[in-house]
Amino acid sequence: MRKYLAFFRTRFNMGLQYRTAAIAGLACQFFWGAMAILAFKAFHDTDPSSFPMSLPAMSSYIWLQQALLTLLTMGGMDNEFFSVIESGNVAYELCRPVDVYGMWYSRSAATRVSNALLRCVPVIVIAALLPAPYGLSAPPDLLTFLTFLLSLVLALAVINAMGMIVYMITFHTITPRGVRLIAVNICDFFSGDIIPLPFFPAGFKEFVELLPFSATANVPLRIYSGDLHGPEMVKLMLLQVFWAAVLIAVGKLIERRELRRVTVQGG
Amino acid sequence: MIEVKDLRKTFKVARREAGFGEAVKALFHREYEYIHALDGVSFSIRDGEMVGYIGPNGAGKSSTIKILSGILTPDSGICTVGGRTPWKERRAHVKGIGVVFGQRSQLWWDVPVIDSFELLKEIYSIPGSVYSKNLSELTETLDLSKIVKTPARQLSLGQRMRCEIAASLLHDPKVLFLDEPTIGLDAVSKLAVRDFIKRRNQDHGTTVILTTHDMQDIEALASRIILIGKGKILLDGTLDDIRRGGEHIDETVAELYKKFDV
Repeated sequence: MRKYLAFFRTRFNMGLQYRTAAIAGLACQFFWGAMAILAFKAFHDTDPSSFPMSLPAMSSYIWLQQALLTLLTMGGMDNEFFSVIESGNVAYELCRPVDVYGMWYSRSAATRVSNALLRCVPVIVIAALLPAPYGLSAPPDLLTFLTFLLSLVLALAVINAMGMIVYMITFHTITPRGVRLIAVNICDFFSGDIIPLPFFPAGFKEFVELLPFSATANVPLRIYSGDLHGPEMVKLMLLQVFWAAVLIAVGKLIERRELRRVTVQGG
Repeated sequence: MIEVKDLRKTFKVARREAGFGEAVKALFHREYEYIHALDGVSFSIRDGEMVGYIGPNGAGKSSTIKILSGILTPDSGICTVGGRTPWKERRAHVKGIGVVFGQRSQLWWDVPVIDSFELLKEIYSIPGSVYSKNLSELTETLDLSKIVKTPARQLSLGQRMRCEIAASLLHDPKVLFLDEPTIGLDAVSKLAVRDFIKRRNQDHGTTVILTTHDMQDIEALASRIILIGKGKILLDGTLDDIRRGGEHIDETVAELYKKFDV
């Protein structure tokens, strides 16, 4: 366990070195968040009765999504892994006395957490200062907030396990370009990153909620804003646990298969 | 003690002629060629030996090192290092070996070298007292005190290679694999690296297997030479065995490559 924590720490320290990237990312997130909220407000004002979420809940959803972008989206994968596979430096990763899956899982999670910690504070603080209905409102009660935190951890476990599958496939394809593009787009759409899942047509929405993608950002963000509660919330959180377990198992299976046939080319 | 017997490894390589027509044809039908990187390699190395593993490019040197260090799984054959089969007991095996790939880096690019060392301490579960002892010894013998606080990306190749070697030895491995450790280094750095490897072998009794194209490395370091070509061991002996007269070592080896047609 100490080993994996050490990876976490080193990666975290490294993440703190990229200040300019964090500032640039922040600017982008504010702009995107404001744009999305204005667009949804326009929809809302046209016909408030058919809008599936309340406007303040919608704003909270968007701001939290922007604050936690690198934590909970497929785009938050650690490019380091792709470059060590492409360059062959992966050879060194394979001659360490640790489980490759565990090592990469903890490192990849650390990348997400360190990137998000740098960025989320300013977004949350400024969004909280914005006037209703545009700002980030407080959660309905403490219990909701605690459930949100638990679901956030589960969402991280799921998205990180999904990212691991992409890394492991890259072992096979060598180049990450295709797999990553497909994975990011599919995941963004089905996790409610582009349009929140409550906006999906009835029937289709219920189907999408069963997919592993919805077990990521969708659940904690909707719990926080009060949109998701009661038995529906419990069901989606249990699905998070289920998908985390399944995806980790699949990732480990691919890892074992790929490591047996890995050939580090050149040199 | 390292025991290798009849090791075989084949790689599948796609091939085609030049030109657009051939490229289109290859879309539908691909012709593969099987390259026998290792074609029945056998040797054994005693504890504390220092062996130069030489051969032309593509002879199978790196493949052998990768198998010995548990990265690659061979098609067939027996290979044990200290009684363990590298690819079967990978985690236990790699605890006792150190590897330096001269063309790759194990240091974290953006953080000071010392951070990479600290991480290796945890990965190999090196006890604190052993770690500080080894670190101060390596810092002194490789002259690292000024460079360990610098991010790896800002080091010169020679400085980086010294750090790479130190990184591979923090956990006191009994066996050290060096895959082209002097590639691209200037004369001063080469001498420093050679001198260090020699002392490590003498003082710690570390078994060293070294691949290189620099015959002066071999002259300075290896008491024994294994020559590999086209996946087969062609010669196993001492430097004096292959040297016929006063001629330069490079010429001797070039002559050997020609003689064996590799």
